[in-house]
Amino acid sequence: MPRKRRPKLAVWKFASCDGCQLTLLDCEDELLAIADALQIAYFREATSADVGGPYEVSLVEGSITTADDAERIRRVRAVSRSLVTIGACATAGGIQALRNFRDHAEMLRVVYARPDYIDSLTTSTAIAEHVPVDFELRGCPIDKRQLLEVLSAYLHGRRPAIASHSTCVECKMRGTVCVMVAHGTPCMGPVTHAGCGALCPSYIRGCYGCYGPAEAPNTAALARGFVQMGVSEGGVRRYFHTFNANAGPFRQEGLSHGD
Amino acid sequence: MATRTIKVDYLARVEGEGALFIRLRGETAEEVQLRIFEPPRFFEALLRGRAQLEAPDITSRICGICPVAYQMSACHAIEAAHGLRVEPAVRALRRLLYCGEWIESHLLHMVMLHTPDFLGFPDALTMAKSHPDEVKRGLRMKKAGNAIMTLLGGREIHPINIKVGGFYRAPSRSELLALLPELEWGLDAAEALLRWTAGFSYPDFRREYEFVALRHPDEYPMNEGRIVSSAGLDIAAHEYDAHFTEEHVQHSSALQSQRNGRGAYLCGPLSRFNLNFDRLSPRARAAAEDVGFVPPCTNPFKSILARAVETIQAFDEAARLVRSYDPPTVASEDVPCAPGLGHGCTEAPRGILYHRYSIGDDGLITDAKIVPPTSQNQRCIEDDLRAMAPVLAGLSHKAATARAEQAIRNHDPCISCAAHFLTLRIEQVEA
Repeated sequence: MPRKRRPKLAVWKFASCDGCQLTLLDCEDELLAIADALQIAYFREATSADVGGPYEVSLVEGSITTADDAERIRRVRAVSRSLVTIGACATAGGIQALRNFRDHAEMLRVVYARPDYIDSLTTSTAIAEHVPVDFELRGCPIDKRQLLEVLSAYLHGRRPAIASHSTCVECKMRGTVCVMVAHGTPCMGPVTHAGCGALCPSYIRGCYGCYGPAEAPNTAALARGFVQMGVSEGGVRRYFHTFNANAGPFRQEGLSHGD
Repeated sequence: MATRTIKVDYLARVEGEGALFIRLRGETAEEVQLRIFEPPRFFEALLRGRAQLEAPDITSRICGICPVAYQMSACHAIEAAHGLRVEPAVRALRRLLYCGEWIESHLLHMVMLHTPDFLGFPDALTMAKSHPDEVKRGLRMKKAGNAIMTLLGGREIHPINIKVGGFYRAPSRSELLALLPELEWGLDAAEALLRWTAGFSYPDFRREYEFVALRHPDEYPMNEGRIVSSAGLDIAAHEYDAHFTEEHVQHSSALQSQRNGRGAYLCGPLSRFNLNFDRLSPRARAAAEDVGFVPPCTNPFKSILARAVETIQAFDEAARLVRSYDPPTVASEDVPCAPGLGHGCTEAPRGILYHRYSIGDDGLITDAKIVPPTSQNQRCIEDDLRAMAPVLAGLSHKAATARAEQAIRNHDPCISCAAHFLTLRIEQVEA
C-alpha cells in the first residue's frame, strides 16, 4: 500500500542540558509510533542520519549564548515551517540567563583558566528574541504529555491545547492540600505557568517556578507574602531569579529585591 | 609520507555538541582533538551567592541525562560540610533512585546510541525495523528505570523530591512495591541484553588505562566510597583536589582533568567493573562470567558489556531495596545555616562526579567546583583515537570515521556535562 509522505521533524540544540530533547526519547511507549507518523529528519542526539530540510516542525531546545548560535537560529528558522521552542532555556534563557545579571568577565574567570579561549555572549536569551516562534512549550524540563500534545497538534494542523493558567489552578484541580496555607511553605504556584500537574506540592514542597510566569501573574503580591512568611529580600530575589530569571515578570520582580 | 584528516563536525548519538579532528601522517596521529563547542553555561560561577539548599536543583540542570548524579554529589558534599548523616532508610532510597538513573542512562546509551554502531544502523529507530524485539525490550527496560525516578523524584528529568538532608516526601511501602513486577522482569531482560551484546563483533583493541572509580567496603559503588585506581590510588573525596588537576585547552569549552604526576585516567562503567567485580551481586557476577566477561578488560569497545552487567546489578539491587524497604522515621534531616566546606563524589552513570562547596555564615555558597566524568575522560578518549591511528590509516575514509565515532561513544561522553563534545574530522596529509 502506498504510504503517505511523513512530515519531517527536526530537533535542534542550543545552550541547554539536553533534558528537553531527552523527553522525546523518554516517550518509550510512543516513540516507535512517533517515528512512524513523523520522519525524524534531523535529531543529532538520536541519529547519525541527516535527511535535510525544509522541515514541517522544528523543536528547538536551548538558549542563545554565542554569536555563532545567534546566526545558526536564523538558518534553522529559514528551513522550518513551524518552529516550537521546548523548555525554559529556549523560552526564557534558562538557568544560564543568571549571567545577564552578573559581571560576565568575572564569571569567565571563575570557571576558565584561559577566558580568551572562550567565545560567549554576555547574555543568555530566548529564541523568540532572535526569530519568530510559532509556539513556546514551557518547563524545566518540558512535560512529556504536553510534548505529545504539541506534536499531535502540528501533525493535524491545529493549535496545541496547552493551558496558560497557573500551577495553583492545577493544584486545586488535583485536590492537593495547599502547602502555603497548610504548612507555611513559600510556593511559586500562584504566579507559575501550568504544565507539570502541580508536582512539587504533591510532594509537600513549594513550587519553585520551573515553568516560568503564568499569564498576568501578580508577582508583587506573592513577593509581599513571602516576606511576611519570613523570606529574606535575597531569598525572594532567588525565588524569581532561578530557571526563568530572564522571563519578563520574573525578571522584574527579582530585580526589585536586593541581596 | 601521506597525511590524512578525519573530521566529524558535529558528532551524532552523543549528548551535547562536540566535534572530532584527527590528522594522520602515515600510521601516526599527528593531532587528535575532541573538540567541545557546547556553549559554556558557567555553573560554578552562577552558584556563588545561591543558597546551599539550591545546589541539588541548580546543578541537576547541568545534565538532563544524569540529573540524579548531580543531585547526589551536591547533597553529599553539603551534608559533609555540616557533618550530617542521613538515616539508613533514606540512604537506601537514594541508592534505589541512583539504580533508576543508571538503568535509564545505560539503556539510552546501549540501545539508542551505541548498538547501532555495532550493527551498522544510523539510529535505534531504523534498527527497530530489523531488530524490533531488542529495541522494544530496551525501551521497556529504560521505562522501568524512569519509573523509579518518577516515583522517588516526582519526574525522571530534574527530579523535584530530592533535597539536602533527604527527601521532601518518603514513599510508602505499597508505592514502592508497585515497582517490583517490572524490576523482576527487568532483571531477566538485562541478562538477555548482556547475552545479546556479548555476541557482537568487537574490534581487537586494548590499551593500558589507569582505571579510577569509587570503592565501598561491601557494595558496588554508587553514592559512597573511597576514590581508588588500578595504579594504587586510595583517597577520600576531600583529598580529590590534591590528586587531580583540571586544565583548560584551546579546543574545548570543557576543562580536561588529569591525575597529578600521571596524566590521563579513565572513569565510568569499565573502571567500576574492573575495580569492583567482587562487589557485584552474585547474579550480576555469574551473568558476566557466563559470557566470559571478566576483569581485567582493557578493550574500551567492551564498555557496553560493563554497562549491561551494571544494568543487571541495578535491577537486582533495585528489587532488593524495594523488598526490604521500611520507610524512614523522618524524610529529611534539618540542614544548619552555618559555614562549612564540603566535598562529595558519587558514581554518575558515566563515572565519578566530584563536587566541592564553600558555604558562608548565611548559608550561601561562596565557591563551587564541579568535575563531571566526561571532563575526566576527555583526554583518554583522545588517547584512544591516537592509539587507533594505525588501524584508522588502513580503513576507507567512511569506515575510519565510523570507527572513530564508535570509539568516542565507547565512553558515553556527555558533552552537556563536560562543557562544560564532538565533531569528527580525520585529516590525512599526503607527503
